[in-house]
Amino acid sequence: MVRRLAARLACWGFSPLEGIDPNMSLDSATVRRIAKLARIRVEEADIARLQGELNGILGWIEQLAEVDVEGVEPLTGGAQIALRLREDLVTDGGIPEQILSNAPDRVGAFFTVPKVVE
Amino acid sequence: MMLTDFSIAEARDALRAKKVSARELTAAHLDAVAALNPRLNAFITVTPELAERQAEAADAAIASGTAGALAGIPLAIKDLFCTEGVRTTAGSRILGNFVPPYESTVSANLLRDGAVFLGKANLDEFAMGSSNMTSAFGAVENPWKRRDSDAALVPGGSSGGSAAAVSARMAMGATGTDTGGSIRQPAAFCGLAGIKPSYGRCSRWGVVAFASSLDQPGPFARSVRDCAILLGSMAGFDAKDSTSVGMAVPDYEAACRRGVRGLRIGVPREYRNDNMPEEIEKLWQQGLAWLRDAGAEIVDVSLPHTKYGLATYYIVAPAEASSNLARYDGVRFGLRAGDGDLTDIYERTRAAGFGAEVKRRIMIGTYVLSAGYYDAYYLRAQKVRALILKDFSDAFTQVDALLTPTAPSAAFAQGEKMDDPVAMYLNDIFTVPASMAGVPAMSVPAGLSAQGLPLGLQVIGRPYDEETVFAVSQVIEDSAAFSARPAVIAGGRA
Repeated sequence: MVRRLAARLACWGFSPLEGIDPNMSLDSATVRRIAKLARIRVEEADIARLQGELNGILGWIEQLAEVDVEGVEPLTGGAQIALRLREDLVTDGGIPEQILSNAPDRVGAFFTVPKVVE
Repeated sequence: MMLTDFSIAEARDALRAKKVSARELTAAHLDAVAALNPRLNAFITVTPELAERQAEAADAAIASGTAGALAGIPLAIKDLFCTEGVRTTAGSRILGNFVPPYESTVSANLLRDGAVFLGKANLDEFAMGSSNMTSAFGAVENPWKRRDSDAALVPGGSSGGSAAAVSARMAMGATGTDTGGSIRQPAAFCGLAGIKPSYGRCSRWGVVAFASSLDQPGPFARSVRDCAILLGSMAGFDAKDSTSVGMAVPDYEAACRRGVRGLRIGVPREYRNDNMPEEIEKLWQQGLAWLRDAGAEIVDVSLPHTKYGLATYYIVAPAEASSNLARYDGVRFGLRAGDGDLTDIYERTRAAGFGAEVKRRIMIGTYVLSAGYYDAYYLRAQKVRALILKDFSDAFTQVDALLTPTAPSAAFAQGEKMDDPVAMYLNDIFTVPASMAGVPAMSVPAGLSAQGLPLGLQVIGRPYDEETVFAVSQVIEDSAAFSARPAVIAGGRA
């Protein structure tokens, strides 16, 4: 798969597989850790497949390492004007029924979660 | 002429002249939806009763002389826009039963102007995809067919249902959202006009979030002018979106008639490569010739960081998505799965509720934002994004607009490019840079491939200068005189 991908990318002028240290790629423990951080349950049988897919994507975005970004300020937003501040006023509220209307489980005017304090 | 063949501009005139009623127009489109949607799957939810009520109200408004700009015009709404009282799924199991108690600003603007909503259009799950194959509600079929082949083609994505609906004449226009090409690429694949306006032109309030610094609503229609009419209604300042632009909405429809005489049109040399299909290169040259003939000057320009656009996008967008999609926790709305402790509910809800592509992007996003990797991936990508914006800013000191192909190929078949994610991502190679820079960009149908499929050209403009984009696009449309029709269409095969 990797070689075929490399051929496809090469035709668009990318050389994504150069300069990648194979030790940099994600091992299965890291894949489990990312899934944990993302709060997505991943079955043991799916780890190897995910590992391959994520490494394919990361290997490809690795090409940004070759760009000279010395002294460049990061661009955080899409807007080319400064963000507006609004007045610190309450503009909404008093609509608990609407807010609870899609709750998967509720008791009275509350969302429910499993007991978290013993 | 069938009612479903009307353009929005024609329908508006016919409604005002009382040659047709909104009820008749809506009924014709609901009939088309009933006939074609079982096959094309362009709508996740159809709302016929609601549409009939809205059409009645439009007829009343026309009769009393109080009709808005879109009175009686039947539209499809991408199922990413929250619609009050109408299920909004984002194409995901996790929102499969979500019924918003409020209306998005963009759809509210369309309703204010009298539009009729036929239903909610299918899309890639959470707008993550370029084929509409990732929808939890099934793939959408492109109404177009290759010559001599009945293979089901993709409509593009993520706004694939919107594009298929308008192309097959099930709707006169549709809303879409574009994060890296999700309006422009499906417009090109389905033979439509579609514009991603400047970031901030259309409010994101009530649009299910994917990547907030890139997401931008915009319209699809069968002509440039119809897109201008729709955008005029959708756009506008909204205090509820902190990134909304406080600029007046220009008369986009009038801008379509400006022409290109004296304009300088840039050709970014980095968009060209030896492996571009010959028919796309040819169409691009044809587009430049049309603009030259109409009085524009063609100028070679350089956007040196073009090559890094996609990789930058596939760090920034997943990072923002991993943060935005953290809200789906099985507690306040949407699906809940698991019966253990709180962590078990989170993990099982998200495992059951999200599809494979969404999970992949959340995990990539989580990784590039995680301690130890943030600087190497996310911060670096934000810096490259600044360089991409600078490329555009520099180019726009020399030219008024840019012309490029919209996509590197015509529509592909369902199931193709599914085996590795990166091959799918390459669909967005020409559309992503404008998204990263937040500038307006429009796809216009300009010709057919050898296999008889539509191909689009992309016009990219300066920030907030949709007017020039419309003017250039109109000249392309007039010159191309694109009149081909899809194979699957209201009223039978073409």
